[in-house]
Amino acid sequence: MDLGPHAAFIWASYAAFAAIIGLLIGWTLLDGWRQAKALADADRRGLKRRSDRTANQGQKTS
Amino acid sequence: MKSMQTLTQRLANPTRFMELSRAILPWIAAGAALFIAYAMYLVFFVAPPDYQQGETVKIMYIHVPSAWLALMGYSIIALSSFGLLVFRHPLADVSAKAAAPIGAAFTLAALITGSLWGKPMWGTYWVWDARLTSVLILFFLYLGLIALRSSLEDEALAGKLTAVLALVGVAILPIIKFSVDWWNTLHQPSTGFTSSVDPSMRTPLLLSAIGFTLLFIALHLKGMQNEILRRRVKTLRLAEIERGDRAFSERVE
Amino acid sequence: MTGFWALLKRDLTLAVREGSALGTALGFYLVVVAMLPLGLGPDLKLLSRIAPGVLWIALLLAALLSLPRMFEADHEDGSLEVMATAPLPLELAVAAKALAHWISTGIPLALMAPVLGLMLNLDITLTPALVGTMLAGTPAISFLGSVGAALTLKARRGGLLLALLVLPLYIPTLIFGISAIGFASLGQDGLSASLLILLAISVASVAAAPLASAAALRLQMS
Repeated sequence: MDLGPHAAFIWASYAAFAAIIGLLIGWTLLDGWRQAKALADADRRGLKRRSDRTANQGQKTS
Repeated sequence: MKSMQTLTQRLANPTRFMELSRAILPWIAAGAALFIAYAMYLVFFVAPPDYQQGETVKIMYIHVPSAWLALMGYSIIALSSFGLLVFRHPLADVSAKAAAPIGAAFTLAALITGSLWGKPMWGTYWVWDARLTSVLILFFLYLGLIALRSSLEDEALAGKLTAVLALVGVAILPIIKFSVDWWNTLHQPSTGFTSSVDPSMRTPLLLSAIGFTLLFIALHLKGMQNEILRRRVKTLRLAEIERGDRAFSERVE
Repeated sequence: MTGFWALLKRDLTLAVREGSALGTALGFYLVVVAMLPLGLGPDLKLLSRIAPGVLWIALLLAALLSLPRMFEADHEDGSLEVMATAPLPLELAVAAKALAHWISTGIPLALMAPVLGLMLNLDITLTPALVGTMLAGTPAISFLGSVGAALTLKARRGGLLLALLVLPLYIPTLIFGISAIGFASLGQDGLSASLLILLAISVASVAAAPLASAAALRLQMS
């Protein structure tokens, strides 16, 4: 592909554009993955805690 | 019990949004990929060089959509801010927060591609052209929104104050645009950037604009989902701490 | 309305009694303007050409420096809470404070500009235009600044953030202030048009900015 005398500028602008948008997409996906993981973590811990407490109460009544 | 109710209330509306957005997000993302891929094919293998600008006109196909999305992003933030301050819609703040970095990224992309387009056209990387200057100022407004939000600990307050700033920005943007145009005609009679778009370039430009707009929407939806998840995690952690406190006080009693 | 004048008088009395704030702003103005020839070289022709722009931009920066104090003290000692619940609408209270800021900071800075203009070899016949545009434009600086000061009241790194938020809002004022002086130096009649637009910007800021500032303050009170 011959892009004429200013090919470097065309490639540079497409590269810069791809870098910015690529970073944006990557960051968004990474953040989504992180939040999903944090939520799963919290859920698991939340369940454990609740079961912890009911177990304690069970011991208290007996 | 009362805190439980407000908790569910807080989750209710976003939950429906999560279901809906999860259903449509793949389609929007796929549409964005298709449109962008086809537009890029046309740009690099079909579209002719401009009779004045030669092949550098290829930069237009990403520069113009970026500039358009920079404006669209700010409009989304402004509308969301209005929704937050007037209707107190719980999703409005999520939307405004998620749109800011995306809009800022496209604004930056418009500035960089514009500057790289300017070098072969004008001979320098930066010309104080009215449009470039206005986009630069728009970028400052984006930075202000992001910085103000990140500088406040209280997230609810941060959202509302940022919304006030966004609406102030909307009020003043036309005045800034007008004054920059005035300033530009004083100092630079003509920049020669106003060539009408040839029909053979219109199709790829339109497809590219549609594709990147879909990409913007997809990123915005994903960003909103992420923010909702983040807030859920936060509420759960707070509830966990509360529960821990209560369990502790019960034990003390 | 009596509450408005009482608040204005109180703020002005405080400004006079403290005095140091104005001294700091004027000193900052002097130092920034004096740094410029040191950075650019003592070329009198160049300096006189860029003098209006330098004087305006340095004025913006000096005014910016004094903005964080607009609500800070009242927030710390709780009088801002009193103002929010007082019979006088908070919008008017904010307007009184911004007006006090203009009188105690904007006007002195504008009046100091011609003296600094002498240091930059500014054409002496431009002095009326310079002072006139600054007096017409500085109300916008104080009132738009009140929005920034209100928004960053509780923010971390408030001062730096304030500059980032407020400087873009000052662009129209700056552009029309400079263009009015430009017209005056060319002896064209565009001066009155620019001056009128500048006044319109100031009037619009005086009318609209207190709404935004008061809204921002209210959000932080509750």
